[in-house]
Amino acid sequence: MTTITSTAPSGGGVRQNRPASHWPAKIALLAGLTVGALFAGLPVLWMLSNSFKSNTEIFSLPPSLITDSFSFSAYTSILTDSTKLRFFLNSYVIALSVTALTLLVSLLAAYAFSRYEFRGKKALSVLIVSVQAIPPITLLVPYFGLMVVLKLYNTYPGLILTYMVFTLPYAIIMMTGYFNTLPKELDEAVRVDGGGPLVALFRVLVPISIPGIISVSVYTFMISWNEFLFALTLTKTEDMRTVPVGIQLLMGQHSYEWNEMMAMSVLGSIPVLLLFLIFQRYFIGGMTSGSVKS
Amino acid sequence: MATATSDVTQAVHRVPPAPGKAAAGRTPRRRKNLTPWAFLSPTVLLMLVLMLVPIVMVIVYSLKNNVIMTRKSEIIGLGNYGEILTDPIFLKALMNTVIFTVTSVVAHLVLGLTFAMMLNSPLLSNATRAVFRVIYFLPWLFTVAVIAVLWRLILSPNGVLNYILQQWGLISEKVEWLSSPSTALIAVTFINIWAGYPFYMVSLLAGLQGIPRDLYEAARVDGATARQQFFNVTIPQLRPIIISMAMLDVIWTSQQFALIWMTTGGGPGTSTEMLSTYTYKLAFSEYEFSLASTSAVIVFLLSMVLAFWYARHQKARD
Repeated sequence: MTTITSTAPSGGGVRQNRPASHWPAKIALLAGLTVGALFAGLPVLWMLSNSFKSNTEIFSLPPSLITDSFSFSAYTSILTDSTKLRFFLNSYVIALSVTALTLLVSLLAAYAFSRYEFRGKKALSVLIVSVQAIPPITLLVPYFGLMVVLKLYNTYPGLILTYMVFTLPYAIIMMTGYFNTLPKELDEAVRVDGGGPLVALFRVLVPISIPGIISVSVYTFMISWNEFLFALTLTKTEDMRTVPVGIQLLMGQHSYEWNEMMAMSVLGSIPVLLLFLIFQRYFIGGMTSGSVKS
Repeated sequence: MATATSDVTQAVHRVPPAPGKAAAGRTPRRRKNLTPWAFLSPTVLLMLVLMLVPIVMVIVYSLKNNVIMTRKSEIIGLGNYGEILTDPIFLKALMNTVIFTVTSVVAHLVLGLTFAMMLNSPLLSNATRAVFRVIYFLPWLFTVAVIAVLWRLILSPNGVLNYILQQWGLISEKVEWLSSPSTALIAVTFINIWAGYPFYMVSLLAGLQGIPRDLYEAARVDGATARQQFFNVTIPQLRPIIISMAMLDVIWTSQQFALIWMTTGGGPGTSTEMLSTYTYKLAFSEYEFSLASTSAVIVFLLSMVLAFWYARHQKARD
């Protein structure tokens, strides 16, 4: 907190107002920011706080953010329950597979879009962009039928392929945009030396595209980790359920064990939160450019 | 990584001064045409099987009866469409979807812009800005399932919100936010607003940082007040981003399923029924797969109209 006050006077370099006039504006601004932070952050703190409470204390009055009877019991009961751990395992297997496969397939596609001229290029790229507007609910009934026919109902590959349909378009658009910013001479030099296009892609373009790859990977992981509608309808047995569906099932079964629900929510949010905190810069940059450009 | 980087630098040095099309011209013409398709084949295959085929399937289903449940289904024409479009629950779902979407999009925009403007203030140090930006971005990072449980706890009759509102004297008795017909739609819309504004905030913040300072300087020289600067400089400069974001958000929000399903399930009664929950229930609660397909096709057509507008607007910008 001391940094705020100490940097303020010298921070006036951008606008040459009289320094004295900053103070009322700054206090008003900080007040506004705090109100906004309470709106955004208090519910999250409430979740965290309740995950360490006992069930009776959750509804005790007056409500308190810091509990007297701090306990990890909700967490231990989840981490020792094989059904609940299975939800996490499923989510990790599916989200990581989707991320790896989406990345591979989108890199290949983006290379074609960025480095080749071919008939049907324009039509195909329009198609890929427009896929993003197709409502998932429209595909629900045919997917259910299709997955049963293909024997992929209630399996990992069924969900993995489904998620790829929704993550690929964004990944391809992002990676194509990224490759377009890299000079063609880089990979053409490899081709001149007799290296094939795959060598050019993986030895030259991929290593310098790490920021783009990270941004696409985080986005893809997040979409697959959070997906609910298809996870609900394309799986049947408890051992195939993912975290979001698991949370919903628990809510239906014993809706009074709020501390466990909150602990499950905290644990279920950790992977995405960590990814975001570590890769914040790439992720936000990618998200903005993706939404503004595409 | 280190070796890869040195490969790159070597590659750069090897490039002759006049590169251009010469290198590409070496590959035989036939091979040149097939290579990109080889690269695109996984994408094309996936999109064909899991995008084009399902869309054709759902359209065919919508024209038949008894699909999926029995083998004796036959084409019955547009009958299903007549049935869906005259179903009062469908019309209620359509109405709710419009209210939910429009309210969410407007609120997302206002909140996103407010937070972005505050974060963009030159009065903030970089560290302060970074901390608040992360806090403001938080809601976007939680899966809808988590958001649903969390708000069910907060909004429950014995929950913390009712306690606070009672303490402040704003309500006299406990409100069942999610299970009374008069408040449920407001409650789910509020939750959706909380969950969705960060995406705008980030884009608008980037937009704000891209506005040239001289525009504000010029406005100040002309004696423009802060209010005039906002309406005559900031808003016009952000217009393209605002329109793109709003259109994308309309497409996404109108398709929201998980949040509604896990908070109210479309109820009580039909008070929060959306096009998505309506379609889902037809299929997986009532096993009316033909009618569900019909409703799904109608949702699809509505989304395509929105997407077409979006595409046309994007084109106009280029």
